[in-house]
Amino acid sequence: MPLTLSAEQQLLRDNASQFIREAAPVGHMRGLRDRNDAEGFSRELWKQMASLGWAGSFVPEAFGGLGLGYTEVSIILEACGRTLAPTPFLSSVLLGAGCVLASGDSDLQRELLPPLAAGDLLLALAFEETPRFAPHHVSCRAERVGNAYRLHGRKTYVLDGGSADKLIVSARTSGTTSDRAGISLFLVDANQRGLAVQRTRTIDSRSVATCHLEGVEAQLIGELDGGADILDPVLDRATVALSAEMLGLCTEAYEITVEYLKTRIQFDAPIGSFQALQHRAVEMFGKLELTKSVVQAACDALDDKARHPEAPRLASAAKAQATTLSRLITREAIQMHGGIGMTDEHNIGLYLKRAATTEATLGDTTHHRARFAKLSGF
Amino acid sequence: MTEPSAFRSELRAFLAANVPEVLRGRPVLMPAEAAANPEPADIIAARAKYLSVMTQRGYTVPRWPKEYGGAGLSADEARILQDELDALRLAPALLGMGVSMIGPTLLVHGSDAQKQRFLPQIASGAYRFCQGFSEPGAGSDLAALRTSASLDASGQRYVINGSKIWTSGAQHANWIFMLVRTDTSNKHNGITFILVEMSVPGIEVKPIRLLSGHSMFCEVFFHDVVAQASDVVGNVNGGWTVAKTLLGFERSGMGAGGVGRRAANSSNELVVLAKQAVGEHDGMIADGGVRDTVAQLLLDELALTLTIERAAASRSATGVAGPEMSLFKLYQSELGQRRDELALSLRGSDALAWEGAGTSPQNTAATRMWLSGKATTIWGGTSEIQRNIIAKRILRLPS
Repeated sequence: MPLTLSAEQQLLRDNASQFIREAAPVGHMRGLRDRNDAEGFSRELWKQMASLGWAGSFVPEAFGGLGLGYTEVSIILEACGRTLAPTPFLSSVLLGAGCVLASGDSDLQRELLPPLAAGDLLLALAFEETPRFAPHHVSCRAERVGNAYRLHGRKTYVLDGGSADKLIVSARTSGTTSDRAGISLFLVDANQRGLAVQRTRTIDSRSVATCHLEGVEAQLIGELDGGADILDPVLDRATVALSAEMLGLCTEAYEITVEYLKTRIQFDAPIGSFQALQHRAVEMFGKLELTKSVVQAACDALDDKARHPEAPRLASAAKAQATTLSRLITREAIQMHGGIGMTDEHNIGLYLKRAATTEATLGDTTHHRARFAKLSGF
Repeated sequence: MTEPSAFRSELRAFLAANVPEVLRGRPVLMPAEAAANPEPADIIAARAKYLSVMTQRGYTVPRWPKEYGGAGLSADEARILQDELDALRLAPALLGMGVSMIGPTLLVHGSDAQKQRFLPQIASGAYRFCQGFSEPGAGSDLAALRTSASLDASGQRYVINGSKIWTSGAQHANWIFMLVRTDTSNKHNGITFILVEMSVPGIEVKPIRLLSGHSMFCEVFFHDVVAQASDVVGNVNGGWTVAKTLLGFERSGMGAGGVGRRAANSSNELVVLAKQAVGEHDGMIADGGVRDTVAQLLLDELALTLTIERAAASRSATGVAGPEMSLFKLYQSELGQRRDELALSLRGSDALAWEGAGTSPQNTAATRMWLSGKATTIWGGTSEIQRNIIAKRILRLPS
């Protein structure tokens, strides 16, 4: 396995990092929040990112994308994580375009992917119904009416759901609420009759939606009852990418904190000269290095066809470890900053808030540790 | 699946044809264990053959240059060799401080004459080294060492007086690499690194009995021991630099060893033990708490294994092991202890039987391993010393 970056990947990392630091430093996110921006991200920035090819990063070239691998996707998201740059990357590209690609429906791919890659179309995936991540818990149902379907139910925590032009909705077509089989995916237009979308701002100042579906007309995507076969691998890829974003967030919070330890003077000495704090900083560094390796290994498994069977287990390993890491780093970062760390004025607290959201999104550490155990045969 | 490379195919055939099958799945025996429970003659003969065929090909030290007894393999080739050995469940043919510590250090700091003289003998297992670093008054503060070496009138020989402690395997070694004080006026820059043959007069070795009941370590006393000035490695009074290089290799060995390539899967010995201890339900460990604890440990082991591979991929063949080795040593030792503690609690009262009725060699061996594992966070620099090193050399925190 490579575990190290190629020259092209290093170049992408440098370019992505430079772009993000200039176009979307932490102040960018803070500005959106202070202006009460309903969408929680900037359309203008997303359009710029699309012009760099990011909106179509892993979308095949035939559909207007760059055909990149997940190592590259993770490099981009890691850069976004460092400055808490809000984008619809996870919601529209990884989850939305991910489902369209995995559906195997070439008409749909030709229709949706080129505008999505150009940054002109936003998708969102409405698959959750419970506060704790449980992707196969689907009680929302699809009723067959002639050649079409009508959806009934309620979807929660739809990332950027209030900004999407089209929603992909999971609904039950057979079986009972927690069955993996019997779930199907549907495409719904955002302005379709019977659909009500309510926005909620989360603690990290991003936007999620609750969708109420009352007989909404919808188009089946992929095989009837085969929705989980599309959903599961898409969620694995998104989980790895989100873990990479968390890695970026943690790296930045760690670096800000170590810099503070070197410059904050108390008792006539930089507080970083005190062994009690040095050893805790070392623990942050060590866990960061360890987690980086797991996320890279998960990317490698997604990018190497021969290793695809390992991907679900490594995706869960990456998210479990990234979540444990972000808890440690953001907690220690605030504590080591002391009083200033509690304020809204200092950026370090914004890292804590984004960390909390990313921890819960797509499954927390206990979920993924249990899944890792199951996929490991115990 | 792709076809195996020519290198791999040839290697596979060589190992199948030349390594005695009886060694497959058989762990390496530490000298202390071998002394306590001698192996049957056929196993001893098989081990000797394995060592001999591997030595002939330079596979005991695959990445060393051929002229010094290695095979000159690239990192990828060495990994393939390790894969093939793993597939046959073969432990390394040769372990010890020679191949893992003093050999790599000589490649960096040794003179040409020293490399030619010592490295092939280390690669074949003929020279077995022990480490004379710590002293009763110099533990974590290693540079406080006082064992003295003074040049005699000839200028060709040193006379050594003092004592070393925690010397691993001194009773089984025929050479010692040691730090001696050659200048009392300068703490770090008054230390010299020298190689001494254990058979010379004046060396006395006393094993130390540990909590485990075994004696991994010894005290070594030096009374007017004569060593050769030509066996000084690096500069006189420049031993601290050589020692730091060696400690880097020591930590890398401690980091890369135990967890190794243990796969986190259902055949993992800890998983098997947990299923036996608390039962199995639908193929899963029945107790959710135990299952979660096992999963967290295996995840942490996986992360460390991948990190060691990541570091190895970006390090050259004889490159000096850097401060990141402190990280590997730190986590390797802590994970090993977590694993032993978990195994201990899973075995319940079985783990507590020490002697007499109800004991089994397997159970007491596991319990002794837990006890002897206490050494791992202390030797080679305690965990606290490793954290100090990382804070200073990687994080660059002020002192």
